[in-house]
Amino acid sequence: MSLLELKNIYKIYGELHALDNVNMKVEKGEWVSIMGPSGSGKSTMMNIIGCMDKPSKGEVLLDGVDIAKESAKNLTTIRRDKIGLIFQQFHLVNYLTAVENVMLAQYYHSLPDEKEALEALDRVGLADRAKHLPSQLSGGEQQRVCVARALINYPEIILADEPTGNLDEANEEIVVDLFHKLHNEGTTLIVVTHDPEVAEVAQRTVVLRNGRVVKEVQNKNFTGKIHFDEEGTHVTKNDLKSEEEIQAEEHANENK
Amino acid sequence: MKKRQMYFRMITASLMRRRSRMLVALLSIAIGATVLSGLVTIYYDVPRQMGAQFRNYGANMIFTAADDAFTLEDVQQGAALIASDKLVGVAPYRYENVRIHESPVVIAGTDMKGAQATSPYWHVEGEWASASGQILVGAGIAESFNLKIGETLEVSYTPAEVASGDETVLDNIIDFKITGILDTGGSEEDYLYISLSDLEELTGEKGTVDVAELSISAASDELSGYADKISSSVSAVNARLVKRVTASETTVLTKLQALVLLVTIVVLALTMICVATTMTAVVTERRKEIGLRKAIGASDSSIVKEFLGESMLLGGLGGVLGSVLGFLFAQQVSIHVFSSSISFMPALVPVTILVSVLVTGLSSLMPIRSATEVDPALVLKGE
Repeated sequence: MSLLELKNIYKIYGELHALDNVNMKVEKGEWVSIMGPSGSGKSTMMNIIGCMDKPSKGEVLLDGVDIAKESAKNLTTIRRDKIGLIFQQFHLVNYLTAVENVMLAQYYHSLPDEKEALEALDRVGLADRAKHLPSQLSGGEQQRVCVARALINYPEIILADEPTGNLDEANEEIVVDLFHKLHNEGTTLIVVTHDPEVAEVAQRTVVLRNGRVVKEVQNKNFTGKIHFDEEGTHVTKNDLKSEEEIQAEEHANENK
Repeated sequence: MKKRQMYFRMITASLMRRRSRMLVALLSIAIGATVLSGLVTIYYDVPRQMGAQFRNYGANMIFTAADDAFTLEDVQQGAALIASDKLVGVAPYRYENVRIHESPVVIAGTDMKGAQATSPYWHVEGEWASASGQILVGAGIAESFNLKIGETLEVSYTPAEVASGDETVLDNIIDFKITGILDTGGSEEDYLYISLSDLEELTGEKGTVDVAELSISAASDELSGYADKISSSVSAVNARLVKRVTASETTVLTKLQALVLLVTIVVLALTMICVATTMTAVVTERRKEIGLRKAIGASDSSIVKEFLGESMLLGGLGGVLGSVLGFLFAQQVSIHVFSSSISFMPALVPVTILVSVLVTGLSSLMPIRSATEVDPALVLKGE
């Protein structure tokens, strides 16, 4: 049985089909990227998988339980117990220190344990920044705190929404390396991104367009690391296209 | 770490590390608590303050003889039944007919200090008659007989035997030195005033008094209680209230207390509105944080508990500040309005803190309820 299975998922807002008959499976321990341009349905899909929204139709089986049928209260419990969330804009509580932000996830899950929270920060290389407030941390450091917070309760899935969207290349690499480490430890990762270089680091990439899965690519030469060309620039070794490339392609098709 | 420890760590961190934001909320609560505590202090202190003011208008209790006569000892016995901190003064009076310049006048023997205390509105030109051989002359008499301060006044008393026709007994005559002219605007201006002992010497009769005036700093009900107690305990004395004074005092006090109570309720309502507005602003400002907390697993009850904890802690701090500032506020009001200071009421501190916590908690309920309606998926996307 797959850890996560989406069966014939629709999300409809009036006339708009944000998700249109989406089917997808994620196995335990797998690292999957969900890629697509703006408005392709990535965020809607992330909200549904992250138990923050429900589909209009279809089944979402998480560990065999259809979370589409669960109440809002149960969804909160499932999210707390099974999912670790990482956001593009970090979203740390600005008046709590790094370690307190990590402990916050423990507080809602079970019992806060400062020692364990410090160990989690150590895993992301921030042991010496534990007592700093978010405003005293760089963007990359804040995102690493988010990673520590996401993994502190040993979730079934770590769900990251554009985790490198607000980071420079150096910090992007650090975060991707952390994902690689988590993957090697057996954590299931779902990374939503519009960046093909980040998407192809995963084992498999699911490409969404207009609310539909248009492509699934088993990434060649999976290393869990970002590929660089000889000049040190990120490159993709698969035929994944960036948002700009997709738009250019659509423009060319319209002109034909 | 226990959950409770983390809970307090979070809510104190929210207050301490968001000082500028929370200072505004704290200020609004503290101002409300200050006015509340100040007004309640004044509410309870008004009877004492007004009582003291009313004591300027004269005695509010009178002792008369239950049967034929009563003595100074009876007066002292009755006065001893009144709490010493409430008894402003006691003035026993004995009246006799005497003659000056061959004309009949009424002379009163009294305790001058007691008369000063029970009748503070009496205006004496010159000095009160404080020693034996001194006399205070009513302004009416002084004008009729052209008497001046410093002059000697011969007062003659005809004993009862002479009055009844026994010619062998002579008048008692004593010379008194006029120390002051009494100006009251009332019938007191037509009397002479000497000490009780001088009157006893003049008349040769000791012990009896005709009436005693008492000034007591107490509310109407308490005064009635004292009057009943004295009348039943001291058989020779009939104690009764001066209705003219006590009734008007009660009316004014009731109206003043009602006014203070009304203002207190209005202030309480305004404080609640102010706190509710501030908390609404706090919740709106922290929608993303609420969304994040919900996203990482906070239940609605957790969110309510955290925000309620914060607002109640703010309420407590505001209450502490309000207790101190409220006393200072009441003190200033008392000094400027009643020209006297007030005493600190320790019992008001926990009451102010408790009311402040409850009012802040209640005012925050609506904004906190709206906090639980935050959709994490929307706010975390920045919508």
